Amino acid sequence: MTIIPTIRVQREDFDLQAEVDRLSKGKPDIGAVVTFSGLCRDEGGTLSALELEHYPGMAEAEMTRIGELAIERFGLKGLTAIHRYGKIVAGENIVLVVAAAPHRQAAFDGANFVMDFLKTSAPFWKKEHHKGGHAGDWIAAKDADDTARDRWK
Amino acid sequence: MTRLVYFAWVRERIGKGEEEIDLPASVVSVADLLNHLKGLGEEYEMALQYHDVIRVAIDQEHVEHDEPIGGAREIGIFPPMTGG
Repeated sequence: MTIIPTIRVQREDFDLQAEVDRLSKGKPDIGAVVTFSGLCRDEGGTLSALELEHYPGMAEAEMTRIGELAIERFGLKGLTAIHRYGKIVAGENIVLVVAAAPHRQAAFDGANFVMDFLKTSAPFWKKEHHKGGHAGDWIAAKDADDTARDRWK
Repeated sequence: MTRLVYFAWVRERIGKGEEEIDLPASVVSVADLLNHLKGLGEEYEMALQYHDVIRVAIDQEHVEHDEPIGGAREIGIFPPMTGG
């Protein structure tokens, strides 16, 4: 049976436990579920929020492509990736990846792979909002993110 | 007419999120398109001055700068992605 990734791009928050349950409940062939959640951090108390912009349509398409690659490469039994957009206050969730597999290594690797590709090819951009209300800079892409992606080649 | 869509600081510098433009026949590749846009005004020049970092998607798929734009319906122009 072909496993289809669940991909969502949404403004609202997500419920990690609900997403794990949806992927694993009643599926006795799953022996491992790895979740990754990315949150907005306050950068030592200087940042109040991040504004996430995305390319509607293409964001979902890229995430689906990445999810399908991960399912095929690691033999995942289920994969969910959710990315939020809009203004996200420090401490709030930005992204969730849930990878389910028969064994732990495939689940770890699948979640890791999805995040590395998501950061470098899914069309999302982050803008800083500093404490005090003034808008800061757009966050610059890091070479380290490209390096992390390239190790899967 | 080709629909162009801009994101993040490219959008802010150009001053709009999207537009429909008529491209001259001399615009064949993505690189030609970026050069053409740079000639449209100061705001485009400022948005696209660092040519190499600009990413482009044709009909919502990533492409390199040497890609022909062919019959593209929508071309997205944006900085490197920073989601996740």
